Amino acid sequence: MTVEILGISVLWLFLFGYVIVASIDFGAGFFNASTIVTKKHHIVNNVIQRYLSPVWEITNVFLVFFFVGMIGFFPSTAYYFGTVLLIPISISIILLALRGSYYAFGTYGTKGHKGYTLMYGVTGVLIPASLSTALIVSQGGFIRETSAGGIELDYVALFTSPFAWSIVLLSLVSVLFISASFLAYYSSVAEDYDALKLFKRYTWIWSFPTIITALGIIIEMRWHNPSHYQGLLSLWWVFALSFICFITSLWLLKKKRFGWSFILVVLQFALAFYGYGVSRYPYLLYPYITIYDGFTNETMAYALVTVFIFGLMLLIPSLYLVFKLFIMNKPYIKKGKA
Amino acid sequence: MESVEFSRYLTMLTLSVHVIYATLGVGVPIMIALAHWLGLKRKDEHYLLLAKRWARGYVITVAVGVVTGTAIALQLALLWPRFMEFAGQLVALPLFMETFAFFFEAIFLGIYLYTWDRFKNPMRHFYLLIPVVLGSAMSALFITSVNAFMNTPQGFTLVDGQLTNIQPLLAMFNPAMPTKVAHVLTSAYMTTAFVLAAIAAYHLMKGNKHAYHRKALALTMKVALIFSIATALVGDLSGKFLAEYQPEKLAAAEWHFETEGEAPLMLYGILTETNEVKYAIKIPYALSILVHSNPTGVVTGLNDIPEEYHPPYVIHYFFDIMVTIGIWLTFLSLVYWIALSRNWAFIQTRLFRFLLVTSGPLAMIAIEAGWWFTEVGRQPWIMRDFMKTAEGATNSPYVGWMFVAFAILYVILLIGTVVVLTRMFKNNPAERELERMETEQRSVAK
Ligand code: HDD
Ligand code: HEM
Ligand code: HEM
Repeated sequence: MTVEILGISVLWLFLFGYVIVASIDFGAGFFNASTIVTKKHHIVNNVIQRYLSPVWEITNVFLVFFFVGMIGFFPSTAYYFGTVLLIPISISIILLALRGSYYAFGTYGTKGHKGYTLMYGVTGVLIPASLSTALIVSQGGFIRETSAGGIELDYVALFTSPFAWSIVLLSLVSVLFISASFLAYYSSVAEDYDALKLFKRYTWIWSFPTIITALGIIIEMRWHNPSHYQGLLSLWWVFALSFICFITSLWLLKKKRFGWSFILVVLQFALAFYGYGVSRYPYLLYPYITIYDGFTNETMAYALVTVFIFGLMLLIPSLYLVFKLFIMNKPYIKKGKA
Repeated sequence: MESVEFSRYLTMLTLSVHVIYATLGVGVPIMIALAHWLGLKRKDEHYLLLAKRWARGYVITVAVGVVTGTAIALQLALLWPRFMEFAGQLVALPLFMETFAFFFEAIFLGIYLYTWDRFKNPMRHFYLLIPVVLGSAMSALFITSVNAFMNTPQGFTLVDGQLTNIQPLLAMFNPAMPTKVAHVLTSAYMTTAFVLAAIAAYHLMKGNKHAYHRKALALTMKVALIFSIATALVGDLSGKFLAEYQPEKLAAAEWHFETEGEAPLMLYGILTETNEVKYAIKIPYALSILVHSNPTGVVTGLNDIPEEYHPPYVIHYFFDIMVTIGIWLTFLSLVYWIALSRNWAFIQTRLFRFLLVTSGPLAMIAIEAGWWFTEVGRQPWIMRDFMKTAEGATNSPYVGWMFVAFAILYVILLIGTVVVLTRMFKNNPAERELERMETEQRSVAK
């Protein structure tokens, strides 16, 4: 394995980690707010609060990790993505900032304000949409070279592209799907059967839209980026496995094996995510940067890998502690006590 | 205006907001640890409650610190893409390590907050603070080393525009790093101590006589004194560093034009069209002493530096504000400390307490002034001698709009913080919490 591939694999892992934890978080915010409208808030509130409180900051670090690592391993992405994505990413930052701080204000400061909850819900849907522009742009076709020799984002092409909108749609429905699946499991551990029933229903509701948009994107890729489409086809078995995981997870949901059902959802996404990642090899940004010409110098790469290994040795035990104390701790989940 | 200018203003804005929270983020953990430790050692409920209440407020400032930090980290790539592309190859190491430090801090802070009264051995719970203190200090160290690198880049060779012979550790441990990191850390501890002291003094000034607030004030003011002295000492070393490695910054800060010995230190005043200093307070020999510890030492003047490399002369005022506040606060905390140990009554007057209330905001102003001094003083360079600020900037025409959007965001965040913190503590005053703790204990004893 070359160090370039090692670097991108590590980053891809962190991005995947972020996608999963952030989806749970964003979706939880959405359900928390939408149930106010549908008058079912009292059912879900406990479960959601208990899960979110200790982990929200950790979620954010996954994101920071990803983009700091990206600039570290592939500095030229800073130029391309930085220049082009000023507006979409600034919007994401603003939404993330409002969300993070108002969550803290609402939870630790003044309890139970409806405005906070609504803001939390709305940003939960808008952030995945705005962050996914980075992924859309990386597919190529939306960057225009200016007469002055610079580059800029072609907004007209972006907003009129069905491909782009499908990715936005996929990000939304998968957020809700992943989140519902996890929260179903979490409520089952908390033995909160009303919440469980609701989240089980939400999981069903959002499962098929997820798989349909995902399929749609593969098909659209044929026109949008034929070489990537070929890459996807040559990895068809990975996506087939992912589909099998999807079906199995639904079956397990029916059989009330909520933990396993969630694990299979994660597996489904992991397979699709890595299948997608591998199929676009070696491009970071079509057709400008590959992982080879965008790579940092060797010395820095090895320094980063070393730090990464030491860092993991520090983090894995600490994350395990969090997991044990809050996430998988029955008394805590049930009563809010560890 | 051009996008470079807007980029500069937006960076300035985000960092100036972030540094408020970051300073508290670095300083508060150590104060919590101190109070917690004293509480356990002396079995004193007051200190334990102090630790608890500080920790509760800290969650709010951390939250905003995290989101503004995320903002600036992304903005570095959005606003300065060329710079990050170039510097990313050299300073990715400390940036990457910083994220680990955050991760570590975030995890243990979460555990600490949610495990009050859950450990059989209370010392165990206290130990959770150690990674929090270390994590925040390390994140300050790593990020400041990046900033130090921008001032004194090293650890690479530039051959025909190509970077070769890259040494990440040398880049990180650059000449500016030791004084910068030390000054940032001591000033963060100092500022936090004054901010917390100001809160205690506010309650006392309002006529509250509870021992809880007195203890809080005495503790924070002692810490404040120690770190004020440390900050001034390291500040002196920072001046010596500047004289050697960034003479143009020091000369501009001092409006020092002629290279000469026996150089005086100029405080305040104005600069005329012909570069004459008027109405300044002149302290003879002081600049030579600051730079060389010797009244006749020669200090490089601006006239020996090409004009295009002169930093803006306004940094003079930033420097003065920082130093004045530094000296004043050292004096104030020293007076308090002496008076306290001799039982002098004047420190209990309303006026003196009012002065203590202003100390927190003043220290924060000194932090801002210090950063503005060092950052504006680096102009026209973004990376001294290698890249001009204008070369590093984005050419996107929308930066002005982003500036407006972020300015609104920060107003919302700042107001939110203030409202939430005051409501949080007003609705649940310390006295009531102490009473509740006592009744609980009595019922346990029965
Ligand atoms: C409470 C805050 C505070 C106080 C009271 C002082 N400083 Fe300071 N100073 C800072 C907070 C600060 C800072 C915000 O932390 C800076 C900005 C960048 C840096 O490295 O530290 C800084 C920078 C800074 C620099 C520039 C370093 C550089 O650009 O590399 C010098 C020369 C001094 N300081 C000197 C002093 C002196 C002689 C002080 C005398 C009392 C003093 N400072 C008090
Ligand atoms: C020297 C000035 C700075 C200091 C002392 C500092 C310190 C801190 C601290 C202590 C935190 C944790 C939040 C808190 O406890 O309040 C924080 C958050 C953060 N800072 Fe700064 N910071 C500085 C400047 C910067 C800069 C220039 C960047 C951009 C590269 C940055 C990036 C971040 C990020 C990304 C976070 C959030 C991390 C997370 O997700 O947990 N900081 N900073
Ligand atoms: C947190 C405290 C800080 C404050 C208050 C601060 C303040 C400022 C100010 C006022 C400017 C504008 C200078 C000008 O254009 O005249 C600036 C520029 C800048 N700062 Fe800082 N700064 C801080 C820390 C840092 C750190 C730790 C880094 C590096 C990681 C950094 C990176 C930059 C960059 C890249 C620019 C833009 C280029 C330039 O104008 O030279 N800053 N900052």
